[in-house]
Amino acid sequence: MENNLLLIALVIILLPLLGALIAGLFGKLIGPRPTHTITISLMSITFLLACYVFTTMVLNGYPAVEGVIYKWVQAGAFQFDVALLIDKLSATMIFIVTFVSLMVHIYTVGYMADDPGYQRFFSYVSLFTFAMLVLVLADNFLLMFFGWEGVGLVSYLLIGFWFKREAAVFGSLKAFLVNRVGDIGFLLGMAVILKYFNTLNYHEVFTHVGSVLDKTLNLFPGTPVSVITFICILLFIGAMGKSAQVPLHVWLPESMEGPTPISALIHAATMVTAGIYMVSRASPLFEYSTVALSLILVIGATTCLFMGLLAVFQCDIKRVIAYSTLSQLGYMTVALGASSYDAAIFHLVTHAFFKALLFLAAGSVIIALHHEQDMRNMGGLARYMPITYLTFLIGALAVAAIPPFSGFYSKDAIIEAVQLSTIPGAGYAYMCVLVGAFLTPLYIFRALFLTFHGKERLSLHAKKHIKESPWVILVPLIALAAPSIVSGFMLVGPMLFTQPRLLGASVFVLPQHNVLAHMAMEFHGAWLMAIDACMHLPFWLAIAGIGTAWLFNIHFVEFAEQLKRRFSFFYSVMMNKYGFDDFNQLIIVRGCRKLGYFFYDISDLKMIDGIFVNGTGKIITWLARVGRRLQSGYIYHYSLAMVAGVLVFLGWFLLLPLKG
Amino acid sequence: MLSLSDFLIVAAILFGIGMAGIVINRKNIIVLLMSIELILLAVNTNFIAFSYFLDNVIGQVFVFFILTVAAAEAAIGLAIMVVLFRKRSTIEVQELDLLKG
Repeated sequence: MENNLLLIALVIILLPLLGALIAGLFGKLIGPRPTHTITISLMSITFLLACYVFTTMVLNGYPAVEGVIYKWVQAGAFQFDVALLIDKLSATMIFIVTFVSLMVHIYTVGYMADDPGYQRFFSYVSLFTFAMLVLVLADNFLLMFFGWEGVGLVSYLLIGFWFKREAAVFGSLKAFLVNRVGDIGFLLGMAVILKYFNTLNYHEVFTHVGSVLDKTLNLFPGTPVSVITFICILLFIGAMGKSAQVPLHVWLPESMEGPTPISALIHAATMVTAGIYMVSRASPLFEYSTVALSLILVIGATTCLFMGLLAVFQCDIKRVIAYSTLSQLGYMTVALGASSYDAAIFHLVTHAFFKALLFLAAGSVIIALHHEQDMRNMGGLARYMPITYLTFLIGALAVAAIPPFSGFYSKDAIIEAVQLSTIPGAGYAYMCVLVGAFLTPLYIFRALFLTFHGKERLSLHAKKHIKESPWVILVPLIALAAPSIVSGFMLVGPMLFTQPRLLGASVFVLPQHNVLAHMAMEFHGAWLMAIDACMHLPFWLAIAGIGTAWLFNIHFVEFAEQLKRRFSFFYSVMMNKYGFDDFNQLIIVRGCRKLGYFFYDISDLKMIDGIFVNGTGKIITWLARVGRRLQSGYIYHYSLAMVAGVLVFLGWFLLLPLKG
Repeated sequence: MLSLSDFLIVAAILFGIGMAGIVINRKNIIVLLMSIELILLAVNTNFIAFSYFLDNVIGQVFVFFILTVAAAEAAIGLAIMVVLFRKRSTIEVQELDLLKG
């Protein structure tokens, strides 16, 4: 059984890679239709296998399986394996990843239909799925890092998919560079783990946590830092890059330059949650560092509130959802900081469904309007695209945490967990997530009202061609809408409150941090939780958010304009996104350019080119010019030199023995 | 009775004259050839002197070889000189500096 599961996991990983290779290498040869047939059927098999693993591990409670596939590196005392770990956490993750990936594969058939890079797109999406599956199934930090970099690379390729558009190229480069900053944290974290544990294997590291608890290291002379805190903060910096937490969030809005299907798959449902997954996976480390948990809590709360606030002011429909993703990732991070890893993964799961749904529905609108993304040029679309409208509405209700939609259960659990948490910073985080609970419905319903309701502001050309999208686009929408409604209701009990929890021993929580256990005492079933919501603040905040959105965007449109003028300073801060981009552009980008120019000018041009390369040539020329004086061409000069030489040798041989 | 060193001194003087002829001479290539002959003769003198004083006849055999080669060499040298004169209309050593660097 163990070997079977391991083999299935290996097949799950390799099938998308096979699809990517076929689509990438032979896509031009076999044409678009066979390409999508092959990749989608391989993806379907992968999804079915993932379902099987999910059933076995999570539903039937099979114990975790760990196995080495291939010995990767043997360096001195260190050994790194390509090894897989199949437990409840990774089984849940592969289920989500393969499901959303399959939906996106199908959706792409409709969305990218006329694109010249059709096969290339399928190749990338399959390659992404491969890397993401490696990331979640890895058994050690190094293999996880392989997948981590793999998804980063494919994200770069896909953001810059339309590489002739300057904004896309800029966005892809930005995403890549900002992620590098996070990756440095992850790499250094791995290095410290390797130094203190002599291994990167999860199991071995987590069982030996006790041995480093009271160790400290001197980062700067005289400032001892706890090793475990140091490791956790470094790992979290990695998670901040991938999961786009302040201040490394700047790449995510820019990533919207990529085609919409990958915005749904990579920049909403799966890749950006890799950081959340990583912290949950390393929960046995994070649990022992209150400082790191506190930092996570504060960063997550800040991201959650301030990115949600930005979403209210965006005009591009994809950017609204992108900032919403940032805000929701903030919620997950807050849940991690409050030690309720189960709640974080729960929100990750529900978020994957409804955020992928929102993106794909937005993509359906965008394709119907011929790549129009500005909501100011939409309005009243509900009449033309009823199914897209309905599915978007379901996604919006879910993200706005209206009971009994899925987002309600996960978000409510997070808010309550933060309220009960005793970790320093929890008070601030609680305020942030509460305000966030008001902002989420505000921005998402603002987008809904601007797009689907109110006056039609379409251009004449768009109006003539507008129609509901084809079934390849609608089927994934419906398939994602269903779990967006029911997944929270179905999962909330088993995932958070019953013992043993769905994730079981995959995550580790110290008893004194275990806020979910407190909440479990108050939990009497999913329906009661939904009804009970009317007694709680977050629900009324959500209702208020929807009301405000309706008020400003349908009822009193002029009032919003007036407010905009009255608080123009506040508005300009929002438009400049708190100046993160300007700061980066002015200080970091220009600083790097200056530094680069300095090195180009001084060390490259003057040192290397001037002294080493051209200098060598110049010295040889000079030596030759001196040397050629000796070559006069007159025999008597040469013979004189010869005689002189003979005399010197004679002197050498005759006089030297005399001396010695 | 002449001793070995007397012969060697004569040979050394001959060699010195020959060498000086090569180095100092800047005009005539014929003098150059003659100087080379002188150097060879100095060597020959040494050979014969050693051969006589060491009672070994091989030295004298060698001298015959050297004389033969020297004759051939002088013939070739003069021939080259004639060709050179035809080409450049001069046999002045100073003018013949085609190998200058």
